[in-house]
Amino acid sequence: MSAPRAVAVVGAGAAGLHTAEALRRAGYDGRLTLIGAEDEPPYDRPPLSKHLLGGQWPPERLALRGPQALDELDLDLRLGVRAERLDRRERAVQLSDGGQVRCEAVVLATGVRPRRLPGAEAPTAGAHVLRTLADALALRAELQAGARLLVVGGGLLGAEAAATAVGLGAEVTWLVSTATPLAGVLGAETAALLTDLHREHGVRIRRGVATEVLRHRGRATGVRLTDGTELAADVVLMAIGSVPDTDWLAGSGVRLDDGVVCDAHCAAGPGIWAAGDAAAWPDPRTGRLRRLEQRTNATEQALCVARNLLAGPDGARQAYEPVPYLWTDQYGLRIQAFGSPGGADRFEPVDGSVAERRYAAACVRDGLVRGAVGIASARALRQLRAQVAAHAPWQGAPA
Amino acid sequence: MLVHIDQEKCCGAGSCVLAAPEVFDQRDEDGIVVLLDAEPPADSHQAVRDAAAVCPAAAIRLEQA
Repeated sequence: MSAPRAVAVVGAGAAGLHTAEALRRAGYDGRLTLIGAEDEPPYDRPPLSKHLLGGQWPPERLALRGPQALDELDLDLRLGVRAERLDRRERAVQLSDGGQVRCEAVVLATGVRPRRLPGAEAPTAGAHVLRTLADALALRAELQAGARLLVVGGGLLGAEAAATAVGLGAEVTWLVSTATPLAGVLGAETAALLTDLHREHGVRIRRGVATEVLRHRGRATGVRLTDGTELAADVVLMAIGSVPDTDWLAGSGVRLDDGVVCDAHCAAGPGIWAAGDAAAWPDPRTGRLRRLEQRTNATEQALCVARNLLAGPDGARQAYEPVPYLWTDQYGLRIQAFGSPGGADRFEPVDGSVAERRYAAACVRDGLVRGAVGIASARALRQLRAQVAAHAPWQGAPA
Repeated sequence: MLVHIDQEKCCGAGSCVLAAPEVFDQRDEDGIVVLLDAEPPADSHQAVRDAAAVCPAAAIRLEQA
């Protein structure tokens, strides 16, 4: 089979945009439809909880490509329109505006949507999630100095929002279910340092608590914990994780299991592909399905999908084997990580030290380098990347 | 080809350095991109285009001179 003549990309976030761009870069000159549920042209989400929430950047700054670069992609761009159904056999996508897009290949890149607390299933004034530009602007409008903010959820999004909000003068309480927030993501040492930083800047952290329900009377008034404690707040941010935005695929025949189930090449069936936060593919080492909600994954998986899509069924498809990368900016410090720093049994600095709050460290489990994490030591950290990619045996720090 | 970088947008992933080490480097303290060659020679244009495409922060812009 030759290259398809019509491709539809569902989802106009980073994964969708990069898929479209990579197809054009590879010479694909057929029809290319990009469908996005939001009204804005493709924009970048990581700054939402940082520069945008903090008011340092205007929304326009988040655009992933300028108008001219978008024009040059020659897209059939459908914004403010949701995909509602996929007819797998006909390769047709039904849209919320009544339209239909037929194609030979479809890329599923609809991402995730935030979980909400019980009691907040319906939109409630003062109760926020943070996923879209509209979410971030709505939250920012309520974060005046002195506002009492409850951040529910001990992940990176909650941590970044807490840091930004305290910088805006809000009174921030951060509710986390674990003993040390982010230990599973960044490793115990970096997570402990981050916890100290939050405290130093005035964030109150309540650890080991489970939030049961949002309390509201017309607008949010706080939350109740599972032990019955009631906490009052002016504003509540629910940062309790996300679920793949794949409900629209129910009944389509596309296999769903916490995301769109793909093979090692990111194919979810003949002519069906997936990229970004919602794509689950088998880890080549364990065979288990994995899904990465990381910005760099959106780009790299998109490039892989574009390549494999154009290779055709008999072409040389490439397996998707990323080296996960994440970063977070909090209180003027940038923390970066490759692989899986959480769950390591040894933390081996190769540069700097935790005491200096400047380091690059290998995160070793069962003798193998499974991750690397660092602060303000980018070069040394990057040099660990190859060892993380190979799960190389830990040989000790270079002399 | 003219290469423009936006250091404020850069997230320090280092993807550009992996793609085109003769054109991009990173500051050690925060991993922010440093442009080594704003007008790279023709034989590195493909690598620079790859770097711009993989940048997770859309911090690299290319201009055809």
